[in-house]
Amino acid sequence: MKVLMFGWEFPPHISGGLGTACYGLVKGLVHHKQDIIFVVPKLWGDEEPLADFVNASDVTIDYRERKFKKIWKNLTYLEVSSFLVPYLGPEEFKKYTDYAMHDRVDIDESVFSNKFEFSGKYGKDLMKEVSRYALVAAQIAKSKEHEIIHAHDWLAFPAGIAAKEISGKPLVCHVHATEFDRSGESVNKPVYDIERAGMLAADHVVAVSHLTRKVCIERYGVHPDKVSVLHNAVLDASIIKSDAKKHVPEKIVTFLGRITFQKGPEYFVEAAKKVLDRDDNVRFVMAGSGDLLNRMVERVAELGMGTKFHFTGFLKGKDVDDMYAISDVYVMPSVSEPFGIAPLEAVRHNTPVIISKQSGVAEVLRNAIKIDFWDVDGMADAIFGLLHYESIAKMFKELGSEELKKLKWEHVAAKLVTVYEKLTKE
Amino acid sequence: MRNICFYFQVHQPLRIKPYRFFDIGEDHYYWDDYSNKSIIRKVAQKCYLPMNALLLELIHAYKGQFKVAFSISGVCLDQFEAYAPDVLESFRKLVATGHVEMLSETDAHALCSLKSKSEFERMVGRHKDKLKKHFDGYEPKVFRNTELIYSDKIGAMVAEMGFEGMLTEGAKHILGWKSPNFVYQNAIDPNLKVLLKNFQLSDDIAFRFSNKTWNDYPLTTEKFVTWINAIPKEQEVLNLFMDYETFGEHQWAETGIFEFMRALPGAVFKYTNFGFATPTEAVRQGTPVAKIHVPTPISWADEERDLTAWLGNDLQKEAFTKLYELESKVVKIDDPDIQRDWNCLQTSDHFYYMSTKALSDGAVHTYFSHYDTPYDAFINYMNVLSDFILRVKNKEKELAEAAE
Repeated sequence: MKVLMFGWEFPPHISGGLGTACYGLVKGLVHHKQDIIFVVPKLWGDEEPLADFVNASDVTIDYRERKFKKIWKNLTYLEVSSFLVPYLGPEEFKKYTDYAMHDRVDIDESVFSNKFEFSGKYGKDLMKEVSRYALVAAQIAKSKEHEIIHAHDWLAFPAGIAAKEISGKPLVCHVHATEFDRSGESVNKPVYDIERAGMLAADHVVAVSHLTRKVCIERYGVHPDKVSVLHNAVLDASIIKSDAKKHVPEKIVTFLGRITFQKGPEYFVEAAKKVLDRDDNVRFVMAGSGDLLNRMVERVAELGMGTKFHFTGFLKGKDVDDMYAISDVYVMPSVSEPFGIAPLEAVRHNTPVIISKQSGVAEVLRNAIKIDFWDVDGMADAIFGLLHYESIAKMFKELGSEELKKLKWEHVAAKLVTVYEKLTKE
Repeated sequence: MRNICFYFQVHQPLRIKPYRFFDIGEDHYYWDDYSNKSIIRKVAQKCYLPMNALLLELIHAYKGQFKVAFSISGVCLDQFEAYAPDVLESFRKLVATGHVEMLSETDAHALCSLKSKSEFERMVGRHKDKLKKHFDGYEPKVFRNTELIYSDKIGAMVAEMGFEGMLTEGAKHILGWKSPNFVYQNAIDPNLKVLLKNFQLSDDIAFRFSNKTWNDYPLTTEKFVTWINAIPKEQEVLNLFMDYETFGEHQWAETGIFEFMRALPGAVFKYTNFGFATPTEAVRQGTPVAKIHVPTPISWADEERDLTAWLGNDLQKEAFTKLYELESKVVKIDDPDIQRDWNCLQTSDHFYYMSTKALSDGAVHTYFSHYDTPYDAFINYMNVLSDFILRVKNKEKELAEAAE
């Protein structure tokens, strides 16, 4: 089947988990002989040639086309209140809003030029890029033959809607995360509106977990029959042998992720205190960066555990692998995690994991301790248990890696193909 | 005889290199040799060498009537020895004139006077040894504590160590209506004389000299001697205390700061009835007017003149507490590396970098720190301290095993 797929990023140039998931899915689809046109705002030229890649920055738009005007009209709501940008800290956000207040007059003009250079990043011009991306999508839908349209997350939903408008082919909207995951109850209205418009316009919605499916139904009003669950998988389930050496005598318990509301770092800090009160032979590490980092540093000092609780800042590449490898326990206390691929990475390093019940990955990983994110006593108990009772840690190591082998993108793609087939027959 | 008493603080901390969690237990060298060396060399060229030459010239020109005092921290002397022997030599020449006084202080420019009497005494002893070694057997008589930190109790400890006088800030909240321009006495031990910084006139030179938004900009010697003459006749000592780096580093040569200092002694002799005195001369010649009561410690920093620049927030308190928990263990360990690191980890600057005071003094704090944020400073310091704790533990174990 010929699939016209809209993403926002693709490896190796990724800044979030979305790119990794798209990569795995495309690989799985290729395995099942699907033909994919993958569109991203910006191509770098070193993507693996799995699909027919289209660089949105290269597409020229013909504005004489009447339909474009209609699409643009539908997109104008994006321009109304687009101060708001996800994934930015408060300071950057302020800079952006200052910029937006003073410099917005130029937006229409640059969006309407024949070609548009996308940055493809989660930056200050995000809304402008999302709107423009939709216009480009319409142009591509007109020129590239396809049987089905598949859009990943809200950034690409307007593109999916626009493409459907032109070609009339069925649209699949793939929800990797929702605004409720990113912002809790204080959602950004424009983002929510785009998400909702996408899910309602879609012929079918795919959610990465039952948790997310529930959100789609309850928070966005999507009909339950229209939403199915496709869990993420891992690209490579092999155990990673690492030569990283631990230089401290104590055991290491690690949090690795963005230090933001969504990831629940404060619960990890409180649990650490409870463990350290009983067991001096352990160090805690918080690896990552984010808008809550400074508050976490202050709290650690306040609790007087500064010589046993360490911060590494943002890690990348080999440092990430080393961190997993030298950890004795990995904890993901996410408040709301649609899926959460990191614990699977920890399993690949033979590190036992503790995950929150509020994460999608808890639905597929059986050999892990699952706790409520807010239950710091339970978390402390689980950490203490995994550190001291070797049998359970050993069991998790052995069974966890077995489990991983079953999480293949080919299986995910096979399910997706049946969804495609059903939709095109209808 | 009315006198101006100049004291200049010379200090450079041993800065810590970027030290990551992954280094704990593995890398036991904490110091950023490259930046320490390059900063010493840079400040030597901009400040220490030209200003020392100027002072030597003035001392000769006024045949010893012009005099000043220095306090050079031990960690700074060590760095001069390693990276700038020319600077050390120029200080030696100044001291050899007999018109330059060297003050006693803590070896590491530390805050230990607030925490531990025994560590305080050890540190002062070590600094004394260094003065003796570098300046031909020199014996200091007056003490200046880190950042001019002073309280009645600290003063009493200093008196007990045999010093005649001590320097501190003429903080408004301890002086009230009183003037800093007299010699005072410690409230517990009146044998210790206390000299108070006149922060108005000191900061006119140290902070405001090149500030173009200041009403009195530009500061000329004519203007400055008018202000000196405005001091009531009975007030006998004007204490001008400041960082030595004021000359050429905080205030660049282009601001005219060197020319100002070259002209100042002449203007003082010509237009005022003031002379110059070293702190020892000032405390010996002056008549103490009263005891000064300082129940809680003061310093010369920030608007509040208190300790909040170093021990104001939870980060600083945590680091400080965890560091001094080690004292009883470290003193038993006879290992030069451990002793050096213990000494240099106590330097006040490490705590200053962790300050989150962001109001009026935030700019000053940022100017003096090489970290992006106080949080970075804390994280880096705690990583180093964690490694140091491990080393101390291991040494303790070795000692216990050897004893068996």
